[in-house]
Amino acid sequence: MISKRPAYSNLVKEIRSGKFVLTGELEPEKTTGLDEILASARAMKPYVVAANVTDNPLSMAFMNSLVPSYVVQKEVGLETVYQMTIRDRNRIALVSDILAAAYLGIKNILALSGDHTVLGDNKGALSVYDLDSAQYVYMLSKMIDEGVDLAGNAIHGKVEMNVGIAANPNANPLEPEVLKIGRKVGLGTDFIQTQTMFDIDLVKEFLVETERFKCPTLVGVFPLKSFGIADFFDKYIPGVRVPVELLDAMKRCKDEPDKEKRKQLYDEVNIDFFEPFIKEIRKTTKAAGVHVMAVLYERIFEPLLKTTT
Amino acid sequence: MIITKKKPFEKVLEMTQPYDKVFIIGCGTCSTSCQTGGENEVAEMADKLGDKVIGTAMVEEPCDRRINRRDLKQSKEILKEADAVLVLSCGSGVQTLADYTGKVVLPGLDTCFIGETERIGKFYDRCRACGECILDETGGICPITRCAKALLNGPCGGQVEGKCEVGEYENDCAWVLIWKRLKEQDRLDMFMKFRPPRDYSKKVMLTEVIFK
Repeated sequence: MISKRPAYSNLVKEIRSGKFVLTGELEPEKTTGLDEILASARAMKPYVVAANVTDNPLSMAFMNSLVPSYVVQKEVGLETVYQMTIRDRNRIALVSDILAAAYLGIKNILALSGDHTVLGDNKGALSVYDLDSAQYVYMLSKMIDEGVDLAGNAIHGKVEMNVGIAANPNANPLEPEVLKIGRKVGLGTDFIQTQTMFDIDLVKEFLVETERFKCPTLVGVFPLKSFGIADFFDKYIPGVRVPVELLDAMKRCKDEPDKEKRKQLYDEVNIDFFEPFIKEIRKTTKAAGVHVMAVLYERIFEPLLKTTT
Repeated sequence: MIITKKKPFEKVLEMTQPYDKVFIIGCGTCSTSCQTGGENEVAEMADKLGDKVIGTAMVEEPCDRRINRRDLKQSKEILKEADAVLVLSCGSGVQTLADYTGKVVLPGLDTCFIGETERIGKFYDRCRACGECILDETGGICPITRCAKALLNGPCGGQVEGKCEVGEYENDCAWVLIWKRLKEQDRLDMFMKFRPPRDYSKKVMLTEVIFK
């Protein structure tokens, strides 16, 4: 079921050329400024082919991700993966945003369900879910490949984008997750980016299970900038557990009073854990690359990736 | 069954406060079974509200115009005296009685869902009356009702060990239940089936059912 869609984005071009690709992640926050995002994008640009721009993660009401997706491409020259959840928009709003994104030169969309509104910072909000993420991929395929919206209305101009989906190899039971991915790949998926992984055996199991779908997969890794982030991640991100040893090692770094030394210790822990992890993925699996979610932790790219990629 | 729960009594007091003569009507069907609007609850409410209650009545099905006419025949005169009618039934009963009595109606209950009963006091949300039943495809488990995101092609990434990210991982993920059930029935093709987006205009238009 290899996607027959042209490679519109550099990300998909690089994947199809057989390179081991790296993507990064940018997170708009509750702010009206883009300085931080632009600085992060500049810092990661030498190491990644594209950067995802998150869409109200954990249902936090943040800046619309389309704006930084566009500005990063324009100002920094780094391709973006415009993440879009179907939690906050009905099919009309989705079409509207996709058309706008096409005009702005966005070439990748990551189609997501999105964390439920009750997990967010405006818990009383209505969850829209007019479409689910499979139906969203189906609609994107209609827009990109057939030039029509869901109701069959013609679009003037072209939507030239590649479509990614998310997957959670940590899911237990795994089988319904795998079957769901198969369902979505068949609807027109160009690449998969996974949830954060810490367990290499789970990564391998997942990649073997999904191999038959022949859809390039980027394995998610999340270098942990501080113990606070590691602890939050462990407690609050659905389906993600940070290994106890890693959490303990991060905790020990936290006790170092000297800030610079502490940073160095954190970096060492991350490199000790993720360097062999990424190497193993690259050498022993068929993963197309790694999605490095080092949000605001761009300094780790250089030491982490120089030997692994 | 339509599952209802009692509004907090303070809320009932607040609603009834502007009225001097209140008539209370209970429901002999669902709300009796839920123990929210049966004879006992009507009597208890009359007792709590005291002197302003000028009468009470039970209607077998307050959501049925014909039965309201039948069961309220004897209360017709006293109902005329009432400033407001406090109804212990689901929202459908409240509205039917609003039309029938022409009075200010006050809902004494909150309507929760169309539910399954395990025992009195333990009810489960089972049907959202979406108008397009697909239970044949999903192993008799409704994803519209039981998936927090009402996904037709689940599960999402928020299931952990078969539990849903909504509700602190205490509720079952509907799509894991559906997968298990279909697997047991050797019908995983139904799980893999892509269900296209729903046509919500059908539901918007579904405001009445009339036999032709």
